[in-house]
Amino acid sequence: MMPELGKYAVTVLGSYVATVALLAGLVALSLWKGAKVKRALARQEERMRKNG
Amino acid sequence: MSIWEYANPVKFMKTSSLVLPWATGLAAACLIGGLIWGFFLTPDADNFGSTVKVIYVHVPAAMMAINIWVMMLVTSLIWLIRRHHVSALAAKAAAPIGMVMTLIALITGAIWGQPMWGTWWEWDPRLTSFLILFLFYLGYMALWEAIDNPDTAADLTGVLCLVGSVFALLSRYAVLFWNQGLHQGATLSMDSAQHISDVYWFPLLLCIAGFILFFVALVLLRTRTEIRLRRLKALEQRERMA
Repeated sequence: MMPELGKYAVTVLGSYVATVALLAGLVALSLWKGAKVKRALARQEERMRKNG
Repeated sequence: MSIWEYANPVKFMKTSSLVLPWATGLAAACLIGGLIWGFFLTPDADNFGSTVKVIYVHVPAAMMAINIWVMMLVTSLIWLIRRHHVSALAAKAAAPIGMVMTLIALITGAIWGQPMWGTWWEWDPRLTSFLILFLFYLGYMALWEAIDNPDTAADLTGVLCLVGSVFALLSRYAVLFWNQGLHQGATLSMDSAQHISDVYWFPLLLCIAGFILFFVALVLLRTRTEIRLRRLKALEQRERMA
């Protein structure tokens, strides 16, 4: 199934690995920050509701 | 109905929550389909051998690097002219994605250039303008972080975005202004003599669609986070003042 990449295997695979790693890192960071801010906002709204 | 309705954060949050799952699903389908098609099912090229497979990540990333800056330019102009907060926050949310796309284009270009050109880097017009674009992305993000007042930050980053647009355009058209350099001409050309073979063209189109949808999904997600963060800061300030 794996295509024959010959002497350029490192070039091709390196490009794909670098791309996937950078995109995955960006998605992970975005999701992490999104969840953190959402939780903090919910806590703040709850606190302000309780305090009137 | 007007497009300016989406400048209302509540309307934006409501609409984006509906669009986000579809954009995410379509992005995943196009990216996985396009990359599998390009990597496993396309033949080696006569001139580039198996390195031709690098175009499926390099070309879409380079296209997005430039076009994300153009999107930031448009949203920055909307902020500067009409003072819609969502547009300024969308520009802020897009910058890290554009920075990563520029980095992918630079890294995959260097990895490809080493065996093909015999060098990782050359001060070629297109490569150099891309490096400057990358530095502009970093500067833009740093400027947002450096200024406490969000409106002042949006104003100054908006102006920086206008200046950086010169380099975004140069990245696209550098080869037309100066000597060709090492970098070959446009991969996607309307000129049939320059146009790449359909065997590579169709999976490349699918990958480009995937990168565009990936950007749409991620910029929506990140803009939603920025809107929540802005509300959080406003509530904290209100509580302090009470």
